[in-house]
Amino acid sequence: MEKSKVLTGEFFMNGDEALAEGAISAGCRFFAGYPITPATEIAERMAERMPEVGGTYIQMEDELGSMNAVLGASWGGVKAMTATSGPGFSLMMENLGLGIMLETPCVLANIQRAGPSTGLPTAVGQGDMMQARYGSHGCYSIIAISPNSPQEMYDLAIKTFNLSEKYRTPVLIMADAVVGHMSEKVVIPSPHKIVLFPRRKPTVPKDKYLPYQPDADLVPPMANAGEGYRFHVTGLTHDERGYPQDSAEAQDRLVRRLVAKIEQNKDDIVMLEEDGLDNAAVVVCAYGISARVSRYAIEKARAEGIKVGMLRLVTVWPFPDKRIGEIAPNIKAFIVPELNAGQIVLEVERCAHGKAETVLLPHMGGGVHRPEVILNAIRRAAK
Amino acid sequence: MSEVMTRPDYPVSDCLREERMPHIWCPGCGTGTVLNCFLNAVVKSGIDLDKLAVVSGIGCAGRAAGYIKVDSFHTTHGRAIPFATGLKLAKPELKVVIFSGDGDLIAIGGNHLIHAARRNIDITVICVNNFNYGMTGGQMGPTTPLTARTSTSPLGNTEQPFNVPHLAATCGAVYVARWTSLHVRPLERTMMEALNKKGFSFVEVITPCPTLYGRNNKQPSGLDQMRYYKEMSVIQNGADPKDVGIDLGGKIIVGKFVDIERPTFTELQEEALKRAGKQ
Repeated sequence: MEKSKVLTGEFFMNGDEALAEGAISAGCRFFAGYPITPATEIAERMAERMPEVGGTYIQMEDELGSMNAVLGASWGGVKAMTATSGPGFSLMMENLGLGIMLETPCVLANIQRAGPSTGLPTAVGQGDMMQARYGSHGCYSIIAISPNSPQEMYDLAIKTFNLSEKYRTPVLIMADAVVGHMSEKVVIPSPHKIVLFPRRKPTVPKDKYLPYQPDADLVPPMANAGEGYRFHVTGLTHDERGYPQDSAEAQDRLVRRLVAKIEQNKDDIVMLEEDGLDNAAVVVCAYGISARVSRYAIEKARAEGIKVGMLRLVTVWPFPDKRIGEIAPNIKAFIVPELNAGQIVLEVERCAHGKAETVLLPHMGGGVHRPEVILNAIRRAAK
Repeated sequence: MSEVMTRPDYPVSDCLREERMPHIWCPGCGTGTVLNCFLNAVVKSGIDLDKLAVVSGIGCAGRAAGYIKVDSFHTTHGRAIPFATGLKLAKPELKVVIFSGDGDLIAIGGNHLIHAARRNIDITVICVNNFNYGMTGGQMGPTTPLTARTSTSPLGNTEQPFNVPHLAATCGAVYVARWTSLHVRPLERTMMEALNKKGFSFVEVITPCPTLYGRNNKQPSGLDQMRYYKEMSVIQNGADPKDVGIDLGGKIIVGKFVDIERPTFTELQEEALKRAGKQ
């Protein structure tokens, strides 16, 4: 009765469903969540599919529980994820921090809606981008990916699971309500074409294993519970043994590594989509649904003879400082359309170092930018 | 009787992280006694230590995970139960025990407790109840008896506390028991039973906190609190959980209150799969 674990073929499905299938193709076998619009379809798909692929679906009592169940499952050796939207994302911040501190591979998808608070539950927003970066307390770095189509929801779900195992950290999928709810063609490849990054297992004898002794790339191999390593892990600042250490020195050593394992490996992590950057006078820098909306404006502007390029942030965090810095001296302006009052634009401005103008096109959410707004901004900037 | 027990003979050496001793608990605190009972129960049960995982939240009792030499997780405040839920469901062959305190499990983690009991997740919860928040300096909490004085109830507590066994039983726990840290032998036996019980088992252990709670409530030493347990504990196996609430200085009803059978979360899922013809 068991259906194929990877549903190879061509489908017409929405972004949420595609994300769930991508996760399953990546080997995800545990989903814990709490219903919330517009992410509910991910939970519904997982409730149906997990039993078919030998996995577990559990609907928790809230998003605090969901995030923790995911962490527990990951330590049990199973690839695990949860999915939510704004209000639930806020609740998950607490234990996103625990996941970062314990260095627990897992995936958290946020299908963003317009906030603050309950906001517009069924309508799009991109207001959680800075929360994704800084929302949990303390100092850390994070990986966040922003798909802009159902196909990418599938493809990048696999990518996020691979990144989470490679860097032993929770990875965020920062999608939005439009990408989550739109239906398009999704091509699911045959299983042998899917490349997976396996968990980094310890290579030392069990009694010599230290859960936080990193490899050269700053990532420690990970034993799972029940394998006989008998390790201890704690959300307290800890040493290589995983034992609490109450000192500024231990804090410095640990947190520097947690940050560096992501920041130093940026070249491997960051994915960008670039189009027409050579000789561009203006560059639209966008992510998620806003990048798709920008496409139309860019085509119109090019038809008018304006040299406009596109820099799409597929990876939003860690931020591609270097690439923005390279582009800035050669252009007049970056146009940054966002469904918020200005979040990622602050990063673009920082990395442009004053070498190019930075133009924010804010939209408070509930809908997307009218392409004319972006087109007019391109025209003005190109003058 | 002059023989000193040498380390290799210490019965729980195999499951104690001795390099982490001394522990952080105050003189007179009962948490170490509860831990010792637990480790003895583990050893006597013959559980494979490689297949046992302990999950703690935050607080004095929450430090226990760090002293137990099995796969052990010191998580966030209140979240030990959902973490353990994920761990158990992902790796069913593990025996998963939550060792934490009353503030962690009953206040901030209360929602997780009631739902894990309702689902009948196959885990064991050991709730060390010292009637206050010890780690932060002795504030009142959801188990503090009415009129008890703490740093945040200087006029005496005015909130009705939870009757903890009643809460667990009402929410669906299949095994509920309570002892004090004076009752080391029965506590150890109860823990062995709870470890072997299929489904959500819950053991409350009343423990002294002379440093903070006792000092403010006319029991300034650990010995005073233990004398109180000795004089006022009443063993009533099978007592109705609704009748076992604790008043300040009043009697403490101890024993095994609930031991029933009910399908677990996993069993019901397997049944559903069979019905659907998927297994």
